[in-house]
Amino acid sequence: MAELTYRDAVARGIAQEMARDPDVVFLGEDVAKAGGVFKATVGLYEQFGPLRVRDTPISEQAILGAAMGAAMTGLKPIAEIMFSDFFAVCFDYIANEFPKSRYMSNGQTKCPLVVRTGNGAGSRFGAQHSQSVENWCMMIPGLKVVAPSSPRDVIGLLAAAVRDPDPVIFFEHKSLYPIKGEVPDGEIVDTLGTAKILRPGKDASILALALMVPRALEAAERLQAEFGIDAEVVDVRSLVPLDTQTILDSVRRTHRLFTVEENPRLCGWGAEIVSIVADEAFYDLDGPPVRITTPHIPLPANDFLEDMVLPTVDRIVETVQRSLRS
Amino acid sequence: MKPRAEKGLPLNDDIGEAKRLDLYRSQVRLREAEQRAYDLFLQNLVKGTSHLSLGQEAIAAGFAEAMEKGDLSFCTYRGHAHTLARGVSVEKVLGELMQRDNGLMRGKGGSMHLTSEEHGVMGCYAIIGAHLPIACGAAWRAQYKGDKDVSVAFFGDGTTNIGAFHEALNFAAIWKLPVVFVCENNLYMEYTPIADVTAVPQPAADRASAYGLERILIDGNDADVVYRTAKKAFAKARAGEGPSLIECLTYRHSGHSRADPAKYRPEGELEKWKEHDPVKLYRERLKQFGVTDGAIEKIEAEVRREVDEATEACKAAPLPPAEILTTDVYADGGWAWRN
Repeated sequence: MAELTYRDAVARGIAQEMARDPDVVFLGEDVAKAGGVFKATVGLYEQFGPLRVRDTPISEQAILGAAMGAAMTGLKPIAEIMFSDFFAVCFDYIANEFPKSRYMSNGQTKCPLVVRTGNGAGSRFGAQHSQSVENWCMMIPGLKVVAPSSPRDVIGLLAAAVRDPDPVIFFEHKSLYPIKGEVPDGEIVDTLGTAKILRPGKDASILALALMVPRALEAAERLQAEFGIDAEVVDVRSLVPLDTQTILDSVRRTHRLFTVEENPRLCGWGAEIVSIVADEAFYDLDGPPVRITTPHIPLPANDFLEDMVLPTVDRIVETVQRSLRS
Repeated sequence: MKPRAEKGLPLNDDIGEAKRLDLYRSQVRLREAEQRAYDLFLQNLVKGTSHLSLGQEAIAAGFAEAMEKGDLSFCTYRGHAHTLARGVSVEKVLGELMQRDNGLMRGKGGSMHLTSEEHGVMGCYAIIGAHLPIACGAAWRAQYKGDKDVSVAFFGDGTTNIGAFHEALNFAAIWKLPVVFVCENNLYMEYTPIADVTAVPQPAADRASAYGLERILIDGNDADVVYRTAKKAFAKARAGEGPSLIECLTYRHSGHSRADPAKYRPEGELEKWKEHDPVKLYRERLKQFGVTDGAIEKIEAEVRREVDEATEACKAAPLPPAEILTTDVYADGGWAWRN
């Protein structure tokens, strides 16, 4: 067992898979010699060499297209798109090519690849380098979508993503890169499509993803200490496949549902979960499901303003306790 | 003009009689199948859209005949000809155009997405430019694994003005990838003349120097020229000497898609190009090399029989069953996104 940062867990996860399988290759902008702009891929170039860890030009379409062509013909590429906001310049591959080729070809075409990307706010980068765009990907049939919140999950879910035969979009949260966590020694392989109950509770289910997970956990402790509310915190981890059984079971026990989402409100991932719960566990609910989200605005750069729009521990505590008391 | 061979003697130029007959058969096959697709459209039996390559057969035939087994084709929505040229049956292609259960993808892909990996047809891509980077990726795999296959991306003149074209060219050049980019310049992007919307006279060839590549501009209606050019580019790619960009001048006889009567063309242009029709040209070429009318007509009759039989098989084929609706969304064969 060692303490590792989320940032170092990325490099360890990639290294674990590259050491295991020579068909795993890695490409992206500044990922090789420079070790990544977030320093999340330091050491891979030195360990695996220039044929397997490759710097690319600033050509997001070429990066994702090349990853797809390599995946179709036998490699297992990991591609990095530096900021998830840049998905917008290569969205053809994410929306039209990766997820539809198997279906359109009646099962002939395979696409086993992983796109890693830096997602989310907190770095004061403004509206085009801070977005949470996991919901852009969740809505596309054929993709799998993962967003880990801890160093251990980074390694385990990355390994699961690399070994998965489908295209997986892997959202790393930029503000989580410096956080530390306990990570077991040896190989770690997790399972896609599994949510994790991080804090059991009986009064409310709080569902969170990525950076919102530590905030939900802190809020749960305060709810207990200040209001005597025993909240359950579920790390959703995987938006597609979605572990609805864990979510529905939790709601059936606590009878209340809260989602904490960094994505802007409209069509955020929590909306789908609320819809599923309304369909399948309506009579288990003791009150309306509540979504705690970023408002439907572009993200501001200023730190004071940015802090106002993201769900905070205070906002989670306030929303949950007010809702449970009303 | 090539010399007429001595009667009764085998032809012995760089291409050879056997390959010439294959090149002719392929072009006639593409012509007849595409013409049939148009006829079936007029009978309302071809559904959705379709983009014909009538008049552009020499490019698909010339490149496919120059390819080795294992070489990979990446095509656009105008991909019927390239798919057929790699050896996919007319029935499979017409069946897909008619969206029947006997189609190449059982009607799930449609005319713009023909795919037959067993023939090296790695897909037809309907988003302009998308497949050029994908071909680069397949070529990267070959380079990384030491495989000797070449990836070939076919595209129209309109593709040269989209970003993915330029990203792919640069990417292939810096990594010296075994990929060949083939621009079929048929003078019109869709309805607009390519010259009206492009900064240089030759949309692909005049861009080659920007990526350190040789300027290659050829007569795309002469299958021999196409074949020789393809062979040279493939040899270069296999030798590890990197990509080629080839602009083939050609002309499509029909409109952009089935919805387009092509009324924007100046009077006489189509007629002028029909004088340089690839099938007609190649038929004359065979005769110059001493191939008999009988041998030529035998090929034509065999092709027509394949197309006729395919047509009847497709008309008789059932529609795809509802149960394939949700298959092959994910690699497990199904579509489950939740537990």
